[in-house]
Amino acid sequence: MDHTVRVEQVGKRYGNKIVLEKVDLTIERGQIYGFIGPSGAGKTTLVKMLVGMETADEGTVTVLGKKMPNLRMLQEIGYMAQSDALYTELTGEENLRFFASLFKLNKEEQKQRIAYAAELVNLTPDLAKKAGAYSGGMKRRLSLAIALIQNPQILILDEPTVGIDPELRLSIWNELFRLKNEEGKTIIVTTHVMDEADRCDYLAMVREGRVLANGTPRQLTEQYGVNTLEEVFLRAGGKSK
Amino acid sequence: MRINALIQRICLQMIRDKRTLALLFVAPLLILSLMYVMFNGSGDAVKPKLGAVNVPAPVSQALAHADIEVIPYHDMDKETIVSDKLDGALISKDGHWSLLLENVDPTAAKAMQMKVGQIMAGLLLQNGQQGSMDLSQASSLPVEYVYGNADSTFFDVLSPILIGFFVFFFVFLISGIGLLRERTTGTLERLMSTPIRRGEVITGYLTGYGLFAVIQTVIVVLFAVNVLDISLVGSIWNVLVINLLLALVALSLGILLSTFASSEFQMVQFIPVVVVPQVFFSGIFALDGMAEWLQTIARIMPLYYAADALKGVMYKGYGFGDIIGDLLVLVLFVFVFIGLNVIALKKYRKPSASK
Repeated sequence: MDHTVRVEQVGKRYGNKIVLEKVDLTIERGQIYGFIGPSGAGKTTLVKMLVGMETADEGTVTVLGKKMPNLRMLQEIGYMAQSDALYTELTGEENLRFFASLFKLNKEEQKQRIAYAAELVNLTPDLAKKAGAYSGGMKRRLSLAIALIQNPQILILDEPTVGIDPELRLSIWNELFRLKNEEGKTIIVTTHVMDEADRCDYLAMVREGRVLANGTPRQLTEQYGVNTLEEVFLRAGGKSK
Repeated sequence: MRINALIQRICLQMIRDKRTLALLFVAPLLILSLMYVMFNGSGDAVKPKLGAVNVPAPVSQALAHADIEVIPYHDMDKETIVSDKLDGALISKDGHWSLLLENVDPTAAKAMQMKVGQIMAGLLLQNGQQGSMDLSQASSLPVEYVYGNADSTFFDVLSPILIGFFVFFFVFLISGIGLLRERTTGTLERLMSTPIRRGEVITGYLTGYGLFAVIQTVIVVLFAVNVLDISLVGSIWNVLVINLLLALVALSLGILLSTFASSEFQMVQFIPVVVVPQVFFSGIFALDGMAEWLQTIARIMPLYYAADALKGVMYKGYGFGDIIGDLLVLVLFVFVFIGLNVIALKKYRKPSASK
């Protein structure tokens, strides 16, 4: 199976408001796939459909060959929401352990994964602190560690680097590259930061519920005859008006 | 396993939140004690004084036991009552009993009259079978009790309802706000993006908060019975069973209603809508006198059944067989609310497309 995620003719509306319209996407295994677009474009709704938290009104979403929503697939999907959903009364480690125990992991694996995920996001020295006492960036990092906890095949990260300093952002991206290259993971990120979009293998430009363009960053810039993704973004946006 | 993880997490969160714990465990005791003090009236400071003429020792002992200061006299008239600042006098003369009351405060006088009446009748009940000649003459006081005894106060009737109410109220509030916080902080959504089942979430919540509800219920019941000495005629186990079921109702209802609230503030708004009306229908006010449609409304209130059962056990000494009907209704409430909860969670994760 070469494609990990397949979105076909997906539409979604809340009442009269069309959130997504005729979205088609194919995400291949081992890709870093970026959704770029302004706030309110429908990125988060799309991402939630991949996780099964939303259903499509029209069309189908398939993940690893299984039609979503599907409870069993969630073992293979690591999700990091836009807002940090942490238990602030609990310590970082307790948060990690709680989420780890929701997945099929034995005691030993659990320990290893917690240590690994904490190390990855540089939180090892702060694990004993309560999450409520964390800074914004630390909370974001803890959320990322939680998304990685069950060693999923697919990582879905909704604006993962918001509020994280450049140094840490770089180290997170390096880790994403490593996860992709060495472990063959499929990584889906949403972002509106263009230099991050540049690092993706493949991009889909989402605007007003539709995918305006998709391709590699190079394809996109060539297609629009511009030099930077930023310009693509503005062009694509302008065209829809 | 996942349920266990959820339960552990809830316990850990609760234990870290000392104030909520205090609210759950100490607040009911505080209010219950307060009401106890208020309803048990005078207290030591204004112990009523009762002159006793020719009153046999067991009666004056019983009166003294009921916080009435008994002062023996050989003779009694209205002037003596006024001059000696007595609240009343109990006079036994030629086999007839009479009570002379100062009646400055009609309520207090009435209370005194009732108290004395109760005590006399109580002694009569106790001693009647033993054939105590001494007191048989007291039969001229036409008071008899089906329930309760000489020490019965309004609080004894009220307290079973109060115990049930506190259990219901605090469990409702804390579980409702607990889950609401999960909704508003996004942790519930996050939880639903893991392979946990909706049923597991509900079970975990019911058990996690349920543990605290159980502790609270046991504390409140034990405190009421042992410290406040609220009358408990029936079995304490039945009282616990009723309260635990009621706590479960409150728990599942609180969790359910938190679905319809978007902030803690909105959750508190449910109190006058959902909690307070239940008090009115719980038997504090006699339901028999109410309009028929009001009585029908009472039937959809969980607290109505719990209060009925609690009153039955604590005051009337009902056994398990007598309250089984009420218990079944409570169980039904729990199942309905749990079912609705599972449905309500669909908001966060759609049911699987392929089974």
